[in-house]
Amino acid sequence: MSRRAGEPAAVSFGEHAEESLHFIRRAMERSSTFTAVPGLGGAGMGVVGLAAAVLAARQGSAQAWLAVWLAAAGAAFAVGITAMWRKAARSGAPIAGPTGRRFATSLGAPLVAGAVLTWGVWMHGDRALIPALWLLLYGTGVLAGGVFSVAAVRLLGVALMALGVAALATPAAWGDVWLGLGFGGLHFGFGLYIARRHGG
Amino acid sequence: MAARRESSAAPKTSARKESAEAARERQARPLPQGLDQIIHDRTRLAIVSALAATETLSFTDLRTITGTTDGNLSVHARRLEDAGYLLCEKRFAGRTPRTEYRLSAAGKRAFEKYLDHMDAIIKATRKK
Repeated sequence: MSRRAGEPAAVSFGEHAEESLHFIRRAMERSSTFTAVPGLGGAGMGVVGLAAAVLAARQGSAQAWLAVWLAAAGAAFAVGITAMWRKAARSGAPIAGPTGRRFATSLGAPLVAGAVLTWGVWMHGDRALIPALWLLLYGTGVLAGGVFSVAAVRLLGVALMALGVAALATPAAWGDVWLGLGFGGLHFGFGLYIARRHGG
Repeated sequence: MAARRESSAAPKTSARKESAEAARERQARPLPQGLDQIIHDRTRLAIVSALAATETLSFTDLRTITGTTDGNLSVHARRLEDAGYLLCEKRFAGRTPRTEYRLSAAGKRAFEKYLDHMDAIIKATRKK
């Protein structure tokens, strides 16, 4: 970027202008990705969570219970990622930019750990631990990902972890209540809040 | 040039990647005539760019995005407010004070004009 002696100032202005536009683009990308968390999409994930809690509580077998929650997780993931994609596209920000990648890595690592631990706990036949495990690890992921996003996301992570602790401290039969409150109620409430503050 | 000297406390994120030498070199360059010196400062440019990409940002979120300090953000946000480019809303969420920023219509126009100015400079220098 250095200007050699004797070159016209216009060359320097041109370099400077390009540098400024790069700077602006990076700042806008950072801001868009930072606020790309889905508002209405988050509320939609909450609706899926609430429906899953009601459905799962009515299942007669542990396998059917697990199937309901896994299907709900897939549906909620699809709703969330679609909403994030659309929101980022509206603002013209690449969701796979540096901030988005950091957010995804921070959120994804605890989710992978949760999937592996779910399999392990399920194989040992200790289903009662699963609600606490899901809420704690998902909350950890949301809290870690929230470092690269708006403060409400971090608060959601902490609230999910608190529900995970509550799920551990209460009878196993309450598991669906905590899961419904966490994946349903908290997602719905925070989703509406984020939609109001940072758009859908 | 006076506006350039104010930018000694640059934001820490993208500008954080800029070496001290590059920053000094950038600051030493003359400014093109007619350039909006309020927006041109790096910290203020980061603030305006971040707010151009989203409707509203809290002080905390804006500080994280721009990677600047509380004091630095306050000073530069006030400068933008004084120029009529930034609207600031202070309210309480329970007992916690919250400060929200958004671009005013004048701020949006000034940002667009700045972008046009940069674009024109690039086109002019490429023709040479």
